Amino acid sequence: MAMVMVTGMDTDTAMGTTNKDWTYIITPKRRWLDIDLKELWRYRDLLYMYVKRDFVVQYKQTILGPLWYFISPVFTIIMYVFLFENLAGLSTDEVPGPIFYMSGIMLWNYFSDTFNGCSNVFSANAYIFGKVYFPRLVVPFSKVIFNLFKFGIQLLLFIILYFWFWGHGANLSVNLTLLLFPVLILMIGLHGMTWGMLISSVTYKYHDLNVVIVFILQLFMYATPVVYPIDGIPEKYARWIELNPLSSIFQAFKYGTMGCGSIDWWGLLYSFVFLLLVSTCSILIFNRVERNFMDTV
Amino acid sequence: MSDPILKFENVGKLYHLGTFGSGSLTRDLTRWWKMNIKREPDPYLRIGESNNRSKKGDSDVVWALKDISFDVNQGDVVGIIGKNGAGKSTLLKLLSRITSPSTGLIKAKGRVASLLEVGTGFHTELTGRENIYMNGTVMGMTKHEIDRKLDEIVDFAGVERYIDTPVKRYSSGMMVRLGFAVAAFLEPEILVVDEVLAVGDAEFQRKAIGKMQHISTSEGRTVLFVSHNMAAIKTLCTRGLLLEKGELKYSGSTIDTVSNYLALEENTGIRKIIDGIRYKKDWLNINKIEINGTEHNQSVIKSGQEVLTLIIEGYTKEDFKTDPMLIFKNRDGVPLASLAEGHTKGKIEHVNKGIFRIERTIKLPKFLSQGDLIVDLSLHHPMMEYQLRIPEAAILLSEGYFESGGRAGILNEQGLCQLKRLYSPN
Repeated sequence: MAMVMVTGMDTDTAMGTTNKDWTYIITPKRRWLDIDLKELWRYRDLLYMYVKRDFVVQYKQTILGPLWYFISPVFTIIMYVFLFENLAGLSTDEVPGPIFYMSGIMLWNYFSDTFNGCSNVFSANAYIFGKVYFPRLVVPFSKVIFNLFKFGIQLLLFIILYFWFWGHGANLSVNLTLLLFPVLILMIGLHGMTWGMLISSVTYKYHDLNVVIVFILQLFMYATPVVYPIDGIPEKYARWIELNPLSSIFQAFKYGTMGCGSIDWWGLLYSFVFLLLVSTCSILIFNRVERNFMDTV
Repeated sequence: MSDPILKFENVGKLYHLGTFGSGSLTRDLTRWWKMNIKREPDPYLRIGESNNRSKKGDSDVVWALKDISFDVNQGDVVGIIGKNGAGKSTLLKLLSRITSPSTGLIKAKGRVASLLEVGTGFHTELTGRENIYMNGTVMGMTKHEIDRKLDEIVDFAGVERYIDTPVKRYSSGMMVRLGFAVAAFLEPEILVVDEVLAVGDAEFQRKAIGKMQHISTSEGRTVLFVSHNMAAIKTLCTRGLLLEKGELKYSGSTIDTVSNYLALEENTGIRKIIDGIRYKKDWLNINKIEINGTEHNQSVIKSGQEVLTLIIEGYTKEDFKTDPMLIFKNRDGVPLASLAEGHTKGKIEHVNKGIFRIERTIKLPKFLSQGDLIVDLSLHHPMMEYQLRIPEAAILLSEGYFESGGRAGILNEQGLCQLKRLYSPN
């Protein structure tokens, strides 16, 4: 666990050997920032296996396989169109409802799937973590990548809808901010991962949080501009919604792909700084937890 | 002496007992307050006592390992023995970096691969082939390494026919074979193996032990091996570590470590022979029974040992005619040999009232093979009565005949004893 790559310390001369000779030294204490990226890289094949495993496990003994990622958003869209557009009369920023909802749904799914995947890393993998050592960070990263594939499939559906509505004369336009797309997706994935890791570092010991998380996540979706545009809600609420670091990402994506709403550069910067802070915290805590959590699960 | 490849320096591991509920949050907060605000040492680290699972302690923390220091040189095969709860697995877990020590340092050179359980990371939905990759990468191999060794692994496991079938359709034995096969081809500098050979059939166990021997002798790798199977420990290991209640009781040659282990009075399964008496005449008092020079029911028949002794001492209120009978059986209960002179030669000993001592010295066959012999002991008057019965009175661990000249290895497959050829008179 405490893998200290020794750098020239020479405290062991009495024993006739220097610390340099050892590949690793396991100690009770560990420095806070002790992430061995080289080691993580050595385990990249494991990362690949984890992603592959998630895929295989998900589709084994299903008839439709990946098609399910198509089907569930379609039904969600139908429900949203009925609920939010028709019944509640929420604005969809002058773009057709289905495509507006689809963009929100797929981004949100990517965030929440990654978050859920990472939020129980310790409890779900206790069995394997207790038997063998590998850099535990491999697991959260594998969730980001696995869910990216899921996102890709839903993106396909989005593109199909996009061109269909575009061909039918809907008011859709692409602009240069579309180039931000990879950055936005990466940010969503990392937000999901680091928040999830933070949660998993706590829930492994105090299981109460598991119960709370499910319903907080549900509420959190409504605090994110998934089913409504941020410009379409009253100012006094919008201020709070903007505090949500996901809001500006969702807005920027919708602006870039469909030309609806506006892009909030300060919001994006805020989201980025927020991400940096949370990821530093979560990786630090995660690292601290991973070395001894086997004694407490 | 070569430099150690692995070094334990005063390693200790503290565990909290009981369940984790609201109590642990309070404790966590107290500790945090004491350590970070008041700058005091960890209040929960000072208390704690050695690990004795059968006795109730005063505190709810316990030292699973305490003050363990030892060195291991390259090419050593170290057998770690001790009874349940002695800290063997904790030691391996620390070394495998699954959990970290509370005190002390562990230093290692090279890659450590641990096989704490066969088939770690196996997923039942994945096929055998996919699981080889999954398991291999979990153990730290790269995909490329596995590609290279895939055929050997499949061959060693002997599951070629099922390699593209999900492992949920495998028998448990096949899973074990596959898991061990992956581990066997890991090529780490230090291989850590917990009691994993208990599963799997005899052929597989032999194969696994053979593979570990090969890893250490011809590839010069270091192996740490935990087992309760003393015969396996003795075959495989070049030295031993004996743990008791979290402390290192003995470190030295394999034979001495095993003998020390067997001598541990509290050891489960080890008892005095005399405590195993199942039936005894009322007028008979037994004070002492020794088989193979010990009153305990486990002992070692050394390589080259020529005789086995039996001593029974006691006091009798009546005269009796008796014949001491020993029946040697294997682990499956199949009788292999016996000393029964009453039956075979009609020799009966007359024992007079008062203190008596019965003594027998048995000549052992020269080429006694390796393995465990279970001895039933009884005093009886053939066809008349039993005076004393001790089924499974002792377990004798035979080291097997061994000649250093290299002509004969340890005999373990050639049967209990060697047969002699008769020469025709002309």
